[in-house]
Amino acid sequence: MNKRDFAFIVIIIIVATLSYFIMNIGSDRDGYMVKVTVDGKLYGTYPLDEDKTIEIKNADGFNTVSIHDGQVSVTDADCKDKYCVKQGVISNNNESIICLPHKLVVEIAGTVDNNEVGEVDSIAK
Amino acid sequence: MSKRVARIGIFIALAMIFSYIEVLIPFSFGIPGVKLGVANIVVVTGLYMLKPQEVFFISILRILLIGLLFGNVMTLSYSLAGGILSFVVMYIFKKLGSFSIIGVSAAGGVFHNLGQIIVAAFILKNEKILYYFPVLIIAGVVTGILIGFVSDKVIKTLKIQDFSENLK
Repeated sequence: MNKRDFAFIVIIIIVATLSYFIMNIGSDRDGYMVKVTVDGKLYGTYPLDEDKTIEIKNADGFNTVSIHDGQVSVTDADCKDKYCVKQGVISNNNESIICLPHKLVVEIAGTVDNNEVGEVDSIAK
Repeated sequence: MSKRVARIGIFIALAMIFSYIEVLIPFSFGIPGVKLGVANIVVVTGLYMLKPQEVFFISILRILLIGLLFGNVMTLSYSLAGGILSFVVMYIFKKLGSFSIIGVSAAGGVFHNLGQIIVAAFILKNEKILYYFPVLIIAGVVTGILIGFVSDKVIKTLKIQDFSENLK
């Protein structure tokens, strides 16, 4: 084995390691869904990798949920304490933002059952 | 001419026996789809002892015969893609002149697996299979180095016995 051989082998190992990490970052986020529940009922699920602003209105008031750059936050709400807004952004699996007065739960789920997802079929391929 | 035919025949027979041994006793690394590829010893050795077109013919014919005997159309197409790509890359690496037999064989291993995974992604129409890419190229390097070491020993032994001179 000479220097060139060694260099080639090292390059391949670096390429493999890098692509492994890049693919894992991509694939981890791929299936992530943002699940919005109001009063115990599923309001909707949205892919985490698509930017979207969702207005949720119910008898108790409104919340604005924003999905942006793989992060979720409640940007606006008319509840008294505004704890949901103060909770900031979430981006990891199983994290959640809860607005108690409006009985609103926003959570990130790595896997969502297909029958729960409804109209969103992007993860079932 | 008859000498060439006999020589190519011996190499194909050897490659087929190696493939058959691997069918009987798989040298598995515990990763699905990864195997040692003992038959590639014949291809790498041939690359340093025979004419390139002879080695190419040996490699393709070995894959076709083994594919017909033990595989199906699917596995045959993977193997052909891997075999052709690895041969071309090994030939180029050898022509460059700055790589030893270990480097040439390692490159062959990497591109063998690369060719297979690309064809697999096309046939299965599933790009998710490319997530397997890092594992396969590492496996290609490792098996390639092993095959290179063995081929190096084989060539040296044959040269001591002046067998290569007889081949010319």
